[in-house]
Amino acid sequence: MGYFKDAGHLFRFALLFVVGFVIFLVARHFIVPKTFGEYGHYRGAAMGEIAAHPVHFAGHQACETCHADVFEMKKSGKHAHVSCEACHGPLAGHANDPSSVQPPKLDTAVLCIRCHAASAARPKGFPQVVADQHSGGLPCETCHQPHSPAIQAGGAK
Amino acid sequence: MNGVEGYMYPNEVRLYWSVLIVLYPYITGLVAGAFILASLVRIFHVKAVAPTYRLALLTALAFLIVAPLPLTLHLGHPMRAPEMYFTPHATSAMAMFGYVYLWYLMAVLVFEIWLDYRHDIVLLSQSTTGWKRMLYRVMTLGSNNISERSLAIDERAGWIITLIGIPSAFILHGYVGFIFGSLKANPWWNSPLMPVVFIFSAMVSGIAAVMLLYMLTTKLRKLRIDMACVDTIAKYLFYIFIIDFSLEMLDLIHRIYEADESFRSISFMVHSKLYFSQIVLQIGIGTCIPLFLLALVQVKKLSAMARKIIYIVSGSLIEAGVISMRWNVVIGGQLFSKSFLGYTTYKMSLVTREGLLMSIALLILPLGILWVLVKLLPPWPDQEPAALRALSKPVS
Repeated sequence: MGYFKDAGHLFRFALLFVVGFVIFLVARHFIVPKTFGEYGHYRGAAMGEIAAHPVHFAGHQACETCHADVFEMKKSGKHAHVSCEACHGPLAGHANDPSSVQPPKLDTAVLCIRCHAASAARPKGFPQVVADQHSGGLPCETCHQPHSPAIQAGGAK
Repeated sequence: MNGVEGYMYPNEVRLYWSVLIVLYPYITGLVAGAFILASLVRIFHVKAVAPTYRLALLTALAFLIVAPLPLTLHLGHPMRAPEMYFTPHATSAMAMFGYVYLWYLMAVLVFEIWLDYRHDIVLLSQSTTGWKRMLYRVMTLGSNNISERSLAIDERAGWIITLIGIPSAFILHGYVGFIFGSLKANPWWNSPLMPVVFIFSAMVSGIAAVMLLYMLTTKLRKLRIDMACVDTIAKYLFYIFIIDFSLEMLDLIHRIYEADESFRSISFMVHSKLYFSQIVLQIGIGTCIPLFLLALVQVKKLSAMARKIIYIVSGSLIEAGVISMRWNVVIGGQLFSKSFLGYTTYKMSLVTREGLLMSIALLILPLGILWVLVKLLPPWPDQEPAALRALSKPVS
């Protein structure tokens, strides 16, 4: 009994830990969102909140229903697998209301070199140019038809 | 591009881990090293270094309190820091380290210091007045029992805590090396030797720091430096330094002999961008010179004054060498491209959140905290006031 009396201060220190741990558990109860860990190391309810965000991209199928001519031209060219909105930007608004929401006109002199500017990091076979030397600042569509960019005999296609 | 030579991938041009990440392992290293010095007294019964025992513990605590600051300043969003505790991520070494830190702070350092000072705290709570009395009374946790048996229990509990504290200190600092060593994408870091090198360099820097602090504080108190004490510290410092240097050289030789695909790139970096900080500062000034000086003391009979000068010079050079070692690891590992075709430059800012002034402030802050701790809990064995001794009657 005397031993416990002389070790009493150690129990007090241990009690400090227990109190700290209880405060931690209470704080955790209020701070950690209820749905945390439902699917993984994140707040489960975030999935629903993200899913509720408005859709910005219409998807290429939506474009093709109205722009069949562009689709025909595109499917045989090098850009067949480039989605429409990769260049034109998100256009769900236009797809839902084509008459009042018009996509902005693109500046091909700026747009094309995002992918085609010469860079050692790109695969060797990928078409890439030093824009100033290649076109002297002219818009790319002067020579290339963006939906099917290869230049064939007879001029721009 | 400014500061870029050759080819860098776009995400490599800017360094993400700044000088604050250099400071972090340096500071935790001082903590681990200071604690190991304290354990020499308690576990290994090296009585000669007893005058530094309490100072070493307080130094470890002061630096440990500051240790998370560089990380918090680097990451920003300090309010997010507790998330690490609230939502533990078992597979992330960085996330789990929060618990290691808390364990080491509370269960090892604070507990051991409390046990060691409890006798003094109880007496101070009776001999002081005002806010100090209140503070000491809180620190007693309401127990004034300083009977012989209770102090014997404290001694035993303190021994067990120190025993647990040694591997804890190794984990605390070894983890930092583990984080770097386990990054397989970076050949400059990826080495299983990294945690061991970090631990030994931590011991060297911590022991040297406490040795310097002991000499400085003794001078400031206008007392004689206990030469047997500093000689013994210097002896242990020398032995551990030899192991540290051997491990670092083993790592270097292994890299040179292995000469994998990254070797040419890394070798060029060491001979150019890191030449001063690695070859000159870390290996030359920070390792070879202090090793030579410490060896000299071991083989030659030198006067006390000469030994003191040697200890001050070698201790200071060791600190510079260990900081530059952290710099070479952290900054060096981000200077070269993973394509091995190019190099970038780290330009340290001056007055920003991650700049030079902040780093200096973070190195001074622990010394300020140590000053407060020393005022509250005097670590000097020679300065136990007679008034305290007189009050030292068992109270139960």
